[in-house]
Amino acid sequence: MTRLVSAITSRLVIAVPYVWLLLFFLIPFLIVVKISLSQTAISMPPYTPAFDFTAGIGGIWEDVKQFSFDNYLWLTEDALYFNAYVSSLAIAGTATFLTLLVGYPLAYGMARAPATWRPTLLMLVILPFWTSFLIRVYAWIGILKPEGLLNQFLMALHIIDEPLIIMNTHTAIFIGIVYSYLPFMVLPLYSSLEKMDYTLIEAAQDLGCRPFAAFWKVTFPLSIPGVIAGFLLVFIPATGEFVIPDLLGGSQTLMIGKTLWNEFFANRDWPVASAVAVILLLLLVVPIMFFQQAQARAQEQGR
Amino acid sequence: MNQTWSRFNIASVVLGFAFLYLPIVLLVIFSFNESRLVTVWGGFSTKWYVSLFNNQGLMDAAWVTLRVGVLSATVATVLGTMAALALTRYTRFRGRILFSGMVFAPLVMPEVITGLSLLLLFVSMGLDRGFLTVTLAHITFTMCFVAVVVQSRLVSFDRSLEEAAMDLGAPPVKTFFAITLPVILPAIVSGWMLAFTLSIDDLVIASFASGPGATTLPMKIYSQVRLGVTPEINAACTILIAIVATGVIAASIVNKRREVQRLRDEQAAFRQ
Repeated sequence: MTRLVSAITSRLVIAVPYVWLLLFFLIPFLIVVKISLSQTAISMPPYTPAFDFTAGIGGIWEDVKQFSFDNYLWLTEDALYFNAYVSSLAIAGTATFLTLLVGYPLAYGMARAPATWRPTLLMLVILPFWTSFLIRVYAWIGILKPEGLLNQFLMALHIIDEPLIIMNTHTAIFIGIVYSYLPFMVLPLYSSLEKMDYTLIEAAQDLGCRPFAAFWKVTFPLSIPGVIAGFLLVFIPATGEFVIPDLLGGSQTLMIGKTLWNEFFANRDWPVASAVAVILLLLLVVPIMFFQQAQARAQEQGR
Repeated sequence: MNQTWSRFNIASVVLGFAFLYLPIVLLVIFSFNESRLVTVWGGFSTKWYVSLFNNQGLMDAAWVTLRVGVLSATVATVLGTMAALALTRYTRFRGRILFSGMVFAPLVMPEVITGLSLLLLFVSMGLDRGFLTVTLAHITFTMCFVAVVVQSRLVSFDRSLEEAAMDLGAPPVKTFFAITLPVILPAIVSGWMLAFTLSIDDLVIASFASGPGATTLPMKIYSQVRLGVTPEINAACTILIAIVATGVIAASIVNKRREVQRLRDEQAAFRQ
């Protein structure tokens, strides 16, 4: 009897989240793919054809025959989309690299802090992450505006005579991404640096290695797993970022998350928005697979 | 090893934290600004808090956000804990690779894709967009974060405790509630808090999944920010920050006390 109950519960523990994710994560993607192959129509919902499951297999086959690649052709014909993908990848790549540059010294300093301080320092890194993403991006508008706090400060110190134009430029987007995603970079870096055996560095230095060389030859290679995890955790969501380019980048910035949002909400062209999403997903599939493998490996090691 | 906390390390930690906290501190300071301009100090005032509480639209949105947050975080915690158990306890079942993929992928998935795909699902299911659809969307993307938090606790969990309970004749379900659940409870609580914060914070997915009548606070703040920056928004943000900071600090104090108590108990047990 107990064995039967435990068999049923173990089935349920797997089946309930599994079915939920199938229904609300996987199937929605299949719908996106399907609608990206539909024709745009001026109606509500603004696309044809819709699957009609009551028509059975034959009905679905009728739908499949009506699929068209027009939306994808449209994406290749208009240079706007190609430029948006390229500039998203470039902005996200640059910003992720800058996040690494800012995050590495912070993570390293935290990992070398006295052991009693580390939990507090760790909490201080996580705390801003708990405050709203939108609020943190919004806070930078007041700082970076031409009449904002940064320019007031620099002009009061007579470092500059004219306000710096940072708002609505790529620099503002970089600052926004570095700021918003910094904890995602610092946490994996910290956990790999903290586990490191520092006697290795002492050994390198005893053998006559200069501190900087010891860092490059010993510390950095040992922290590579953290670097990769941090890079993926920042790069993948940053590529499709909408809020930061929209609020800090102004109307001139081209990023694919913004393009998708506009296609959907402003142009109400759902099939084209779906095609944009499918291609974005294809671009990110390789980094996402890397991320999943890294997660699975970490899970195996922890076992 | 302790003597090597060099000046360079201290400087990078101090600068890093200054960068993380300065914008938030400035935002809070300027919510008490008398002047309508967000960046010019015109004296101390709490008038923006008063006008905030008289702003019916914002208050309604806050209420919607709170209800969606509590409901979705609670369901997501149950589903996420189950997913974490499935991933750590059952190493072999059909479709495990697909399952772990579906758990980890939403963590990094760009929000515009998740939002669009859920919206298209709701439309093809014929669901009216509103409170229910935002809640369903939030459960889906936050349960994966809960799963990761709980899973990391389960992985470091000493399974001999469970085995001992089962050897003594406790059935698996009872073992779970008597042994496993109390041990992973802190992770479940922080999973719930994470899910709740992600839910009340979310703009992009909510914009896709929500309909008229279920405007959430981030959606409201976003539409006001687009029109211009006002101290009233600073005040709203300050209140949100205060709520979250109080919650996180309280939780960490409770955790620390419990940890100290546990260490003391262990030492006492050893002495006997």
